[in-house]
Amino acid sequence: MTSNAFVIPASAAGALRHHPLVVRYAPIVTIVLALIAIWYIAAVMMNLSLVRGGFEREETPYAVSELIAGTMSAERPLLPAPHQVIAAFVDSVFGYAPTAPRSLVYHSTVTLSATLLGFVLGALFGIGLALMIVHSRVLEKSLLPWIICSQMVPILALAPIFIVVLGAIGLQGLLPKSIISAYLCFFPITIGMVKGFTAPDPMQLDLMRTWSATPRQVLAKLRWPAAVPYLFASLKVAITISLIGAIVAELPTGAEAGIGARLLAGSYYGQTIQIWAALLASAILASGLIGLVDLTERGVARQMGIRP
Amino acid sequence: MGFILAAAGVLSALFLPLSSEAVATLSARPILLALTLAAALLFAASAWTGGSRAIALGFAGVLCGAATPLVLLRDPGIGGSAAAGFWALVLAVWLGAGLCVVELASQRPRGDGARRALNLAVPLLFGAVVFYLWEVLVRGFGVPPVLMPSPSAAAIRFVSSLPILGQDFVQTFVRGVLIGYVIGCGAGLLVAIVAQRFSFLGRGLLPLGNFFSALPLVGVAPIMVMWFGFDWPSKAAVVALVTFFPMLVNALAGLSASGHMERDLMRSYGADYWQTLMKLDLPAALPFIFNALKINATLALIGAIVAEFFGTPTQGIGFRISTEAGRMAIDMVWAEIALAAIAGMAFYGLVALAERATTFWHPSYRT
Repeated sequence: MTSNAFVIPASAAGALRHHPLVVRYAPIVTIVLALIAIWYIAAVMMNLSLVRGGFEREETPYAVSELIAGTMSAERPLLPAPHQVIAAFVDSVFGYAPTAPRSLVYHSTVTLSATLLGFVLGALFGIGLALMIVHSRVLEKSLLPWIICSQMVPILALAPIFIVVLGAIGLQGLLPKSIISAYLCFFPITIGMVKGFTAPDPMQLDLMRTWSATPRQVLAKLRWPAAVPYLFASLKVAITISLIGAIVAELPTGAEAGIGARLLAGSYYGQTIQIWAALLASAILASGLIGLVDLTERGVARQMGIRP
Repeated sequence: MGFILAAAGVLSALFLPLSSEAVATLSARPILLALTLAAALLFAASAWTGGSRAIALGFAGVLCGAATPLVLLRDPGIGGSAAAGFWALVLAVWLGAGLCVVELASQRPRGDGARRALNLAVPLLFGAVVFYLWEVLVRGFGVPPVLMPSPSAAAIRFVSSLPILGQDFVQTFVRGVLIGYVIGCGAGLLVAIVAQRFSFLGRGLLPLGNFFSALPLVGVAPIMVMWFGFDWPSKAAVVALVTFFPMLVNALAGLSASGHMERDLMRSYGADYWQTLMKLDLPAALPFIFNALKINATLALIGAIVAEFFGTPTQGIGFRISTEAGRMAIDMVWAEIALAAIAGMAFYGLVALAERATTFWHPSYRT
């Protein structure tokens, strides 16, 4: 932290060390840098034999520095170096028109639209189910155990059949993928909203009863506001699951576009850098979507007058 | 009043046509006629009485009424071309069963055991009704098995291909899921313990772990297949990676769950780091660790199955699902799904049982 060029007074260095931003971000930055360093070392080690084999086939003499440089720029490395991934990512995002089939933007929008449609469907279905469960004891007793059971089943395994069945009915393209996303992401929303709708304590419900509020009024004025924090907590979980669902739904069906299709094509043709770039795109999509939900949550909280 | 409607529905089946093709009517089949009449009588009787006796009578009526459509469907003239009479019968049975479930759910038994039995019986009955309707609808409308097989067809396929299913189970579950699960959860726990010891590491790992556990990590499956080959090691690697981060995040939260008082007590006993870890921190973290183990139980199975879509030796649940779906053998696909479901539920159940046995002291289990 202190080098000879900048002599920082001891007290200032101490103050810097205890600055809240430093305390918060120094560990993260250190670990990220360490991970990148490990990544580079691993890239060198894993690609070494590949590159050495290449040199020996051509029977050219090589130096160690050339060897290491070769591991950083191999065309189909076992593990591409981080800068190669970023270069490929930047190239496929900005290098082509957004509608070209080689553009990651194009593939990302295909996956994103399936994700968002599935997310909206799943959220509506999940909230509706929670409403029914909260208002009916029969449904709570008979349906809730099955909903919970359905989550112990690896539902993603259903994805290919869904696609085949829906394709046979004549549904193709966006909707089958969205249905899988919706199917995956309704569960956390239902569970969260059941918890949220039942969050008001008996005193508050009694108060509503003394005002002779109808069930609809209780819902609008008490249950719904009480459930909002639960709603956003489960929406954050649901939107990542929805993205996973959309990507996986593209895998077994030979979809032509989308991040999943990109992963599959990369694995067929051994284009490792392309796979990593697609993974990077999905990571950015995931964090962007969570950030969006987070922003909405803050906006709604401010509207409702909740102090953070 | 619903039961009277159900009885009327059952009786109307005697007069309405059973099929769009010419087949013998219900009155021409003595055993079925007796069954339907019995169902109608039982429904009427349960409308007459009330309380728990109505449930028992109605349930007997449902059983009588439900048997008839199943027998009728064996007639080739009815399966696929069922008409109003048949559906009146099915609807009446459905109505009766629904009323039974509703009545049963509104019972408030006294005893602890009775309440538990009721909580088990209601969802089971509900599930049975759903499966029955699925069976009758698929066969009554003659849905082509390529689209949606009846549950009985899937069950027959399940029983008849037990050896293949056993092979797939060993390949996907025992080799891929279990090994990867143990490695991933174990590594997550170890890293969490180290990170708790050195708080700098912990403060860096927690946000990163949260970030990573929100990523679609199953996407690394093609890379793992490239690195570790087609066989189970690549699946175990995906499972290990997918299960690592939830365990890390939960265990980190759990290890800091013990309170100041408890830590002070350990210090006053003169306990060293290892004693504190083994006797205080780890037991206090157990509920969190089990939470992660439960989340991971489903994640692991999903990870292994998805990894198999990218290349496998010629066995495994994911492999079988994708090839059989390609060959339009949907009943086999459903049999594999049933296998995955049973394995997933059993796995989850075992983890939950272990949780009960080890964290019996936790407030959520003390009533």
